[in-house]
Amino acid sequence: MKKKVLAVVMAAAMVLGLTACGGAAPAADGGGDGGLIKIGIINNDPNESGYRTANDKDLKATFTEANGFQASFAYSLKNDEQITAAQKFIQDGVDYLLLSAADTAGWDSVLKDAQAAGIHVILFDRTIDADPSLYSASIVSDMDKEGETAVNWLKGQNLSEYNIIHIQGVMGSAAQKGRSGAVDAAAASDGWNIVTQQTAEWNAEKAQQIVQSVIDAGTPFNVIYAENDDMAKGAVAALDKANISHGVGKDVIVMGFDCNKWALQELLDQNWNYDGQCNPFQSQYILDVIKTLESGQEPAQKTIIMDEKGFDATTITADDVNNYGI
Amino acid sequence: MKIWNKIKSWPLLLPVVALILVMAVNIIHDAAVGDNPLSFFMISLRDTTTNGTILFGRIIDIINRGSEVAILAIGMTLVVSASAGTDISVGSVMSLCASFMCMNLAGYGVSSTTTLAKPLIVGLLAAVLMGALCGAFNGTLVSHLSIQPMVATLILYSAARAIGLLLCNDLIVYVRNPSFAFIGAFTGPIPTPILITVVCIILISVVLKKTALGMYIQSVGINAKASRIAGLNSRRLRFLAYLLCGVFASLAGIVASSRITSADSNNIGLYLEMDAILSVALGGNSLGGGKFNLAGSIIGAYTIQAITTTLYALGVSSIQAPVYKAIIVIIIVVIEAPPFKAFIRKHSAARATKGVKA
Repeated sequence: MKKKVLAVVMAAAMVLGLTACGGAAPAADGGGDGGLIKIGIINNDPNESGYRTANDKDLKATFTEANGFQASFAYSLKNDEQITAAQKFIQDGVDYLLLSAADTAGWDSVLKDAQAAGIHVILFDRTIDADPSLYSASIVSDMDKEGETAVNWLKGQNLSEYNIIHIQGVMGSAAQKGRSGAVDAAAASDGWNIVTQQTAEWNAEKAQQIVQSVIDAGTPFNVIYAENDDMAKGAVAALDKANISHGVGKDVIVMGFDCNKWALQELLDQNWNYDGQCNPFQSQYILDVIKTLESGQEPAQKTIIMDEKGFDATTITADDVNNYGI
Repeated sequence: MKIWNKIKSWPLLLPVVALILVMAVNIIHDAAVGDNPLSFFMISLRDTTTNGTILFGRIIDIINRGSEVAILAIGMTLVVSASAGTDISVGSVMSLCASFMCMNLAGYGVSSTTTLAKPLIVGLLAAVLMGALCGAFNGTLVSHLSIQPMVATLILYSAARAIGLLLCNDLIVYVRNPSFAFIGAFTGPIPTPILITVVCIILISVVLKKTALGMYIQSVGINAKASRIAGLNSRRLRFLAYLLCGVFASLAGIVASSRITSADSNNIGLYLEMDAILSVALGGNSLGGGKFNLAGSIIGAYTIQAITTTLYALGVSSIQAPVYKAIIVIIIVVIEAPPFKAFIRKHSAARATKGVKA
């Protein structure tokens, strides 16, 4: 029995020794495979949303062999599968681990393994509940700021009265909390009237039902604040059905988020009024961080907040639709 | 008194009472806020730029939005009756059929189109065919391999959405074409989904009434062995129930997808299998199989939609809405529970005898 235990321990030690060598080797000579930097990218499934599709495309376009990278990708909407993928990347001996976590919890031990193997971890899009010393940088959107930008734009419209239909995303998600918080604050401070405030769970069809219901009740409203483009689309379908005009200079102001290409086109056609960006183009920010780390320095800030725009239908151009549409 | 007794023994009494109960909440609410108490039931005609003159009102809304669940409830009722189990894959199958249809209409790998790659009818047939295929798969597992219905349908419940995503090349496919959008929009003044639901109900009723299929399915559900000995092909009947359930799921998928002119694999029909099962239960049907009442299930489906629309109408906040929905469902289920019914019967009988004594 004792012998068996010893054998297992020895074998484990040897395996660990091997992986440690494998992990350290490329890092030591700065990427032995023809100078390519090995990165492992863990992301949510590209089919999750238009945002994610654009995000994935952006990463794939940047981390190419032509740019000096050897990138491997792993996709999952489930945290445990993502953690398994992270462990695999650590064993493969990547130089950088880029992570958009499905869930905020449960990452401590695997990130400690990465740290022990000398791998730099860069978080993008989503933060996690872990000690900041475990990652090199975190590149995120500030959802609170997205909400504030939108609400400030709405304040700037100087309407004589504000009767708002507020359609929320999935309750408790970061995007919902940030985008709802700004409206609630403005309603309290400026006396805006929230006609109804309900969740359509990012879903066009549910948003349509909510707006339909307000129209049926005959309650007057002049603003639709939808927390993503799909829901704004659903709301507009209900308006069209009831022959209520919307857009620039019309009866109802329509606001959406995420800047899908088709949504920005609606702005260009003056059918909607405002669209707030949630920037999926993180690769340039990540690239800057990698360059800093490669030169042996630490990034100036650990948390990097991306620039995000808000588009107004009266000022948007066709170039904006092409450059910022996802 | 005779009429009263007739009403009391009417099998649809409780489902109808439940529906009326939900609507009564609206009447009370409207009266309380000082509106016309009957505004819930108002139907008007409105002119629109996009769809011409259309019907408008809460009732129309409920019947329109309830279409998908009503169509699913038809298939679910047959499955429950024949196999004493539920088909939990219908929501995912809806999504798969919608994805397959949009893939055909847009062309593989195309994420947004305004022109159809193939004629509309090809897309629709593809969806129905895919639904039939899924139904046949479930049916084979349940009837020929005797796998428990929930386990058998669990396979497609988890796999169908993923297959749909593969077909759509991991994209949300938009088909912005008026001839396709028409299915989720209007035929003249009437919402098309309502017409599709009505056609489905009429077709299945005629088949069940004019042939002995309804009776066969019930007898298989009550006692499969006895029906086999009596000369019915139990296996084939169960298979047929699942096949039909798959086809109805595909029709629901077509409607749901056309409403938003896209195939969003992750979201179409999400949790609708639960609503379909609930409507069968609300309709006064036993989930233990055997006797079924199709009209009850359909009323159950509209009751669920009426609850949703009512909660929107009352402006119940998003966080609390599921709690209210649960409370309403609990009340309805308790009213329809056999022990509660027995209690009421006993109570009223006791009162009646008291009255005689006095």
